[in-house]
Amino acid sequence: MSLTPTQTQDQKEAFIQRGRSTASAGSGRNLLEVSALKMHFPLTQGIIFQRQVGAVRAVDGIDFFVEKGETLGLVGESGCGKSTTGRAILQLYKPTGGSVKFEGTELTTLGGEQMRKMRRKMQMIFQDPYASLNPRMTVGNIIGEPLEVHHLAAGKAKTERVQELLRIVGLNPYFTNRYPHEFSGGQRQRIGVARALAVEPDFIVADEPISALDVSIQAQVINLLEELQEKFNLTYLFIAHDLSVVRHISDRVAVMYLGKIVELADRIDLYERPLHPYTQALLSAVPIPDPAVEQKRKRIILTGDVPSPVNPPTGCRFHTRCWKAQQICSEVDPEFIEHAPRHWAACHFPGA
Amino acid sequence: MPELLEVKDLKTQFFTRDGVVRAVDGVSFELAAGETLGIVGESGCGKSVTALSLMRLIPQPPGKITQGSIMFDGQDVLKMDDDEVRGIRGNNIAMIFQDPMTSLNPVLTISRQITEALELHLKMDRAEARKRTVELLELVNIPSAKKRLDDYPHQFSGGMRQRVMIAMALSCNPKLILADEPTTALDVTIQAQILDLLKNLAREFRTAFILITHDLGVVAGMTQRIHVMYGGKIVEKADTNELFANPKMPYTWGLLRSIPRLDENRKAKLLPIEGLPPDLIAPPPGCRFEPRCQYRRDICREKEPELIGIPNAKADHEARCWGTQAGGWLVDSDWHRDVGDLAALDAIKAEVADLPPDVKRVEAADDDKKKGN
Ligand SMILES: Nc1ncnc2c1ncn2[C@@H]1O[C@H](COP(=O)(O)OP(=O)(O)OP(=O)(O)O)[C@@H](O)[C@H]1O
Ligand SMILES: Nc1ncnc2c1ncn2[C@@H]1O[C@H](COP(=O)(O)OP(=O)(O)OP(=O)(O)O)[C@@H](O)[C@H]1O
Ligand code: SF4
Ligand code: SF4
Ligand SMILES: [Mg+2]
Ligand SMILES: [Mg+2]
Repeated sequence: MSLTPTQTQDQKEAFIQRGRSTASAGSGRNLLEVSALKMHFPLTQGIIFQRQVGAVRAVDGIDFFVEKGETLGLVGESGCGKSTTGRAILQLYKPTGGSVKFEGTELTTLGGEQMRKMRRKMQMIFQDPYASLNPRMTVGNIIGEPLEVHHLAAGKAKTERVQELLRIVGLNPYFTNRYPHEFSGGQRQRIGVARALAVEPDFIVADEPISALDVSIQAQVINLLEELQEKFNLTYLFIAHDLSVVRHISDRVAVMYLGKIVELADRIDLYERPLHPYTQALLSAVPIPDPAVEQKRKRIILTGDVPSPVNPPTGCRFHTRCWKAQQICSEVDPEFIEHAPRHWAACHFPGA
Repeated sequence: MPELLEVKDLKTQFFTRDGVVRAVDGVSFELAAGETLGIVGESGCGKSVTALSLMRLIPQPPGKITQGSIMFDGQDVLKMDDDEVRGIRGNNIAMIFQDPMTSLNPVLTISRQITEALELHLKMDRAEARKRTVELLELVNIPSAKKRLDDYPHQFSGGMRQRVMIAMALSCNPKLILADEPTTALDVTIQAQILDLLKNLAREFRTAFILITHDLGVVAGMTQRIHVMYGGKIVEKADTNELFANPKMPYTWGLLRSIPRLDENRKAKLLPIEGLPPDLIAPPPGCRFEPRCQYRRDICREKEPELIGIPNAKADHEARCWGTQAGGWLVDSDWHRDVGDLAALDAIKAEVADLPPDVKRVEAADDDKKKGN
């Protein structure tokens, strides 16, 4: 275990006294605790007799917690397992292994009826505001449906609640009879947010909620999500590949690579003092809208592409692209260790 | 220095069932040999249509270049016959698209895609072309290029396909490369690889290039000059350092204020551009940004401002805004502090809650019909 030189002596002592905590346990204020979560998708071959020839190890053993009222950002490149993580948490997929605890209740073993009750507290906002709304349903029915499913409101009360929700997300409350195609992308995303809010959830998985939107509209939706969080004391798992947006919106940030979380820390720590080489490369690759800064910046240009999650590299999964890799990296999978208070990383040679 | 490219008052329109889309509405700019230009703006503002117009690749119908001239190396592209245009495409001007799959032929091997162009434009024989192809693929850092010559596009990753596109673009030593969102579909670490490659190649071969993107970060590090487009028009032109240090158009301010920065420490609230982008079938009569601009005054709705030089800025810095032009009310504004008229801002926010303009237009037409009955 190593500490970064930036910590004060007090912090160090406090940390050593507390001892090493696992990334999934954390403090007592946790809304969600995920440990050793795995989600593998079987790869089959054959037309009549399907036999399994392997598996896509989309999520391959991850640990983290989410504290009540915070936003945990989840970043990483395409295909690293972000969406699968979100879906496995909400039990939209049945996890291959591991545990997901919400308010102390283990979700992976819950029966259908109990899970339906839990689902009221956990909602999802999807990336594609075009595909995620049923084009044949009116906005009133789209937002009202979860109210009916959970027996929260019907008839006039439902209509009123829908109108209230439209107002909350900044849309005209008289649009209940409209269809999704009559709205712009940003407005559709607002409808998706209103639907998620309808059941008064505590926890929302927002899966790339702004990626499909125009730059000028993205900020409108980010602000909306922030305002709603404050107003309703929401907890977010915010999935995105835009590191600048994640820095803006998150309290803590987790970085994924090929099915694993490689680093997890408070937002400033992660961006100012990244420990994992992959995080360092990722951060250095993000363009900054300022030519004076850009001219001075040093980029870490990674070679090659991300390997396949069907056959991930042995040892550290990043070793095929890592400029710091040594012999041990291809042999031993580095443990996910708390190197500094609330700062976890999985690397044999963390730090600058 | 004589210009390589001189575009004057270009207008490209699409004649659709709903009306005429004024996709590019009077765009003028120049580019010198070896120069790098960025064109930025949000979705639908006319960036791609501008690039496609330069190559005469606008699908007709419904599209048509209705006005203007495009002088490339002293010749007007719009007056060329089809053979001459084909000669220019690929040979003098090459294009890199956002999605390489749309421009790579899926049934041809990687080598065939490139050798074909070499044989056609540079009159090489097969063997020579194949040799040059290996060189080109090595130049764009395709690992073990020789072995992968006979692979098909689907066997390559997105980043590698984009490298092949760049190799194809370079194959005939073009004087100008048009790169339309070349990295938008790629992951950030792959984007860094590709941008690094493009930058080095442009420097090495002194190729002029136009980089089209919605990402202000990408153009900041890649270009010498930047044009900001909004609603089919260029609204601000400046050299790259000047544009970021001293932006002069409220739309550019809005863009800069609405994106969080990676190196920003304060968790300050973002200031979005409220409202929605203009409908290019019935654009606002005055300044196209007026419906979303919290600095607007009456004149903005009545008369369209010209794109002209402005006070308090470098000589070649131009903006299309009544407020920042000589005598205007924004000449001395500090855009970091002055966020505009808050009442106007609230009015524009209410607009976000309302229907987008195209739906309203259809409804108005329906109402007219009803009245007619
Ligand atoms: N239902 C599925 N069946 C089989 N494989 C899947 C399934 N869903 C995801 N995968 C695979 O699992 C891996 C992780 O996918 P996931 O969608 O979680 O990535 P992501 O990080 O969300 O990527 P993106 O940024 O592109 O959305 C990918 O290799 C993907 O192809
Ligand atoms: N074939 C077409 N038919 C009708 N309208 C079209 C056609 N192609 C483009 N347009 C319209 O022209 C306008 C400009 O489109 P263009 O593709 O240039 O936008 P862009 O700036 O490249 O946007 P993006 O960032 O989304 O690529 C848009 O309003 C678009 O709807
Ligand atoms: S464990 Fe080795 S290969 Fe993996 S990130 Fe650390 S240094 Fe690189
Ligand atoms: S002309 Fe008026 S409306 Fe247009 S950008 Fe300038 S101040 Fe705003
Ligand atoms: Mg995803
Ligand atoms: Mg485009």
